[in-house]
Amino acid sequence: MATSVLIGAWVAAGLTLFMFSFLYKDNPFFRFGEHLYVGVSMGYTIVRIHYDVMMKSLYGPVAQEGKWWLLVPALLGLLVLTRFIPKVSWLSRISFAVIVGFGSGVAIPRIISSNILQQVQGTLKPLLNAGSSRFGMAELNALLILTGVLTVLVYFFFSIEHKGAIKIAARIGVYFLMVYFGAAFGYTVMARMSLVIGRFDDLILFASRDYAYASVVLLILVTLGLLLWERGSTGLTTGGQRRTQTPPA
Amino acid sequence: MTLFLRRTLPLLLTFLFGVAFAVQYYIPHPVSEGALTEISIWLRIILGFAMILGIASLCQVHYAKIRTRVAGWGYSLVVYFSMLITVAVGLWARGQETGTGLGWIYTYTLLALQGTMFSILGFFVASAAFRAFRARSKEATVLLVAAILMMFGRVPLGEYLVPAAGPLAGWLLNVLNLAARRGIIIGISLGGIATSIKIIFGIERSYLGGRE
Repeated sequence: MATSVLIGAWVAAGLTLFMFSFLYKDNPFFRFGEHLYVGVSMGYTIVRIHYDVMMKSLYGPVAQEGKWWLLVPALLGLLVLTRFIPKVSWLSRISFAVIVGFGSGVAIPRIISSNILQQVQGTLKPLLNAGSSRFGMAELNALLILTGVLTVLVYFFFSIEHKGAIKIAARIGVYFLMVYFGAAFGYTVMARMSLVIGRFDDLILFASRDYAYASVVLLILVTLGLLLWERGSTGLTTGGQRRTQTPPA
Repeated sequence: MTLFLRRTLPLLLTFLFGVAFAVQYYIPHPVSEGALTEISIWLRIILGFAMILGIASLCQVHYAKIRTRVAGWGYSLVVYFSMLITVAVGLWARGQETGTGLGWIYTYTLLALQGTMFSILGFFVASAAFRAFRARSKEATVLLVAAILMMFGRVPLGEYLVPAAGPLAGWLLNVLNLAARRGIIIGISLGGIATSIKIIFGIERSYLGGRE
């Protein structure tokens, strides 16, 4: 095994354990890992911007292909940076105007096409096709989808007072929304759990002899470190030295 | 003149770009499609500079922490050192990731930290749900049942214990969940279109910032 892979395994296992130590409580290991994550992410982003945007999309086309008009977005980009100089920070408005104007213009027809017309089509088409056969499960599902879409829209329609038939429809819409939120929650938890499994999978792999028992050794070291930190911090007065435990962003 | 540059010109640019690219969608001509591609590159360049703005802002925050020696300022040094090391390694590798130091940092540091950071949220979401998901009302019960069915029906163990859990979760996802999602998408889209129109016509100006 290459030395770089072995060192990498130790680093990855160590950092994974540092981050998981937050499940006990907020501690210096976690804070180190958290700040390292911010720093490495920033550094990586800088490198990617330099090579993928500045070199590939700007410097290369301007210097080698003579696309001088790309200096216009470069100038607009520089205007964004005037936010740092209060006296001329209003210049950044020009760049934001281009970004927002382009975004708004591009959004309108595409939203109409994909988010409204296609969704309406997807809701109504199964019902229109249903006439050829007898009423079965597919038709019931199509009817349920239509009911759900309409009642959810009624719930979000605040221009008329929710009373009578509108109130009943809005109440049905709430139940559909609750199913949606429940399903979204379940899906989110499962996605996070798959990440947990992935990390544990790596930890188990790095605990093998091939990786010099990296996970096991580091787990012992982190546990010892936490014990020492806990013993050292029990004598601290409540002077705002510790953060309250909140989930990471 | 100053007022024109500060307020009228940005509004005019927003209007011109907005109308031009709203109309562009309905003109299936190579020139029109070329313009969209070109402006997309423009936008990528501008957003590249905007990212610099964000990074510089974060650096300022950490620099202030180091300068004033606030509690935990040492962690801000970790941010700076790790950022500088990553940039140096990235420049040395000329942005290439395969078999380089940058690829090593990405695989063994960034991926490990990112994966663990987001996986931790799984524990907190589950524990928060334990406290929040009490079946106090009919609506909360529906939410609870849907969430349990989704989690139970999407793992092999759930389907093994209750064979109907899988198909039921599938039906829930493809019928009831889809209906609500479509309703929400249509609602959000209508709101998005209204906001875009307001921005293009200069009614909504909050994106310009300031009071002028």
